[in-house]
Amino acid sequence: MLGHRLSEWCGHGPILEEDIALANIALDLIGQATLFLKLAGETEGKGRSEDALAYFRDAIDYRNVELVEMPNGDYAYTMVRQFLFDVFSYHMLEQLQKSTNPALAGIAAKGFKEVRYHVRHSSEWVVRMGDGTEESHTRAQKALDDLWRLTAEMFQADDIDREMAAEGIGPDIAAIEPKWRAVVDDVMKRATLTIPNDPPAMTGGRKGRHTEYLGHMLSEMQIVARSYPGAEW
Amino acid sequence: MDQQPQNTTEEALNAKFEARIAAGETIEPKDWMPERYRTQLIRMMSQHAHSEVVGMLPEGNWITRAPSLKREMVLISKVQDEAGHGLYIYCGTETLGVDRAELVDQLLSGRAKYSSIFNYPTLTWADMGVIGWFVDGAAIVNQTVLAKASYGPYARAMIRICKEENFHKKQGYEIIATLAKGTPEQKAMAQGAVNRWWWPSLMMLGPSDTNSPNTAELMRWRVKRKTNDELRQRFIDLTVPQADAVGLTLPDPDLKFNPETQHYDFGAINWDEFWQVVKGNGPCNRERLQARRDAHENGRWVREAAEAYAAKHSSPAQSAA
Amino acid sequence: MTSNETQWPLWEVFTQKDDGSPHEHAGSVHAADAEMALQNARDVYGRRGNVVSMWVVPSAMITASPSDQAGPFFEPGAEKIYRHPQFYKIPRGLKGF
Ligand SMILES: [Fe+2]
Ligand SMILES: [Fe+2]
Repeated sequence: MLGHRLSEWCGHGPILEEDIALANIALDLIGQATLFLKLAGETEGKGRSEDALAYFRDAIDYRNVELVEMPNGDYAYTMVRQFLFDVFSYHMLEQLQKSTNPALAGIAAKGFKEVRYHVRHSSEWVVRMGDGTEESHTRAQKALDDLWRLTAEMFQADDIDREMAAEGIGPDIAAIEPKWRAVVDDVMKRATLTIPNDPPAMTGGRKGRHTEYLGHMLSEMQIVARSYPGAEW
Repeated sequence: MDQQPQNTTEEALNAKFEARIAAGETIEPKDWMPERYRTQLIRMMSQHAHSEVVGMLPEGNWITRAPSLKREMVLISKVQDEAGHGLYIYCGTETLGVDRAELVDQLLSGRAKYSSIFNYPTLTWADMGVIGWFVDGAAIVNQTVLAKASYGPYARAMIRICKEENFHKKQGYEIIATLAKGTPEQKAMAQGAVNRWWWPSLMMLGPSDTNSPNTAELMRWRVKRKTNDELRQRFIDLTVPQADAVGLTLPDPDLKFNPETQHYDFGAINWDEFWQVVKGNGPCNRERLQARRDAHENGRWVREAAEAYAAKHSSPAQSAA
Repeated sequence: MTSNETQWPLWEVFTQKDDGSPHEHAGSVHAADAEMALQNARDVYGRRGNVVSMWVVPSAMITASPSDQAGPFFEPGAEKIYRHPQFYKIPRGLKGF
């Protein structure tokens, strides 16, 4: 989802160098999503391909945190969103590399290498915007204020998460939070940004209760694939 | 090269320059060159760079609607490459002593031109295939020749770019080939895109030699190595068999192989349409420029933020630059 | 041009293709500082892989040899053929010298 969102910047970035950087990150993320969806389809065993899962599921059947479906906003919003997710992804994939499921561990190992660079890119931008001009600081702070409420959802383990963690397949996502928080605190300090005290928003993305944004995003993404059922591309 | 007080010196330098060109030598940034050579190169290279950047828009328009994950990734990396091409060529142009910021300003203010082809709209998914096949195909024909241009930085940028363009053309042709052997609707979609893009693609290679004021000079300086008409003929000769191979029809009843010339004859190009588009009256001229202006304006505070940060945490680079 | 337009400084990018190879000039990027220059260089010139190391150098820091004096500047070196290993004859059949 986030990769898809980032790709919307293609051709509209603040400078050519950033167009290229964002495209790289989008490619990594969509690549990771493809591998995870492929594995999910195989595990399910009903013959659903990664494309079937991406293009022929409705929003209600998507299981992503709401943070990543939020619209791009300005560049500060995009970068703060990216950073908050990248740090989570970094720690999640780091753990997932140790999964008892070798396929999952393999995908995680590949993704982990990529996300290390993503964190570097987004954190350096958050720092530059926070500690840049007055305007960039205001924009970055506003982005952080808006998005902070959505971060708690990343660490809310449900029964499946707990079961997976118990079997050593998935990471203990609640345990990731303090590590995530330490990195975020550090970067926000460098960026001279203030972490808000707001309580977490009522989120339901991981149960299929998404923001209104996801439906629009998917309607665009799925239009061609769904208009020609059974077609090869 | 700042001032040449005596005419004789200027003449001598000019003669030496022309001799180097005639000998097929490569001109490098710090070499002496006639002012006209420099300005012509800046014009040509910046137009080329602008075309790469504006060229991201018609295809960027379909990234979020690509019909499969693989196609989405391929399209992103293709459009990303075009950003890279713009960047390489801008950097090449900067070696001639002009800032990228100034070149971008020329584009956004409408003083600089870019390729006419990108002022046409992308209406279906098949357009992604045809653009790769025709537009990148035509670009390859043009750029392969430019890779032997007399100006070193331009030629080197072209060599790098040509390697990437081959991927562009192949992915486009693959999209079309897949559609052509797909459902009847898909095949119709492919044929429709071919019909819409064929003539603009021929025009993209530039006005006919009889109407191209810069060609003679650029050829003499070995900046251009082939005329527009020669490039166009080469593109047509390459493309016709490729269309046949996937069972699609190029929309020109006069298109047929001429055994005498060993080339394909083709029908008359509507040059009036070409000049209309060049003058700004094409279907998407306004939208394309506006999109670039918006990106530039919306990005200004971002660029300023990075600058302000660098100034505060002054790195050695900052004091050097 | 617009007077208030920002222009990040230019950096020259050198890439190393594999371990032990020399760093070669790949092109340039604009960036406000060294970290960003390195990131941009990685994204622009390293995105197709086959790069193991990169240098970025502010373009303004580069001093170039005078190109119209290419003759006097480099020919003396070229004449010293004894600097080039091909100058020396090695007994035929000797491998791995
Ligand atoms: Fe290109
Ligand atoms: Fe291309």
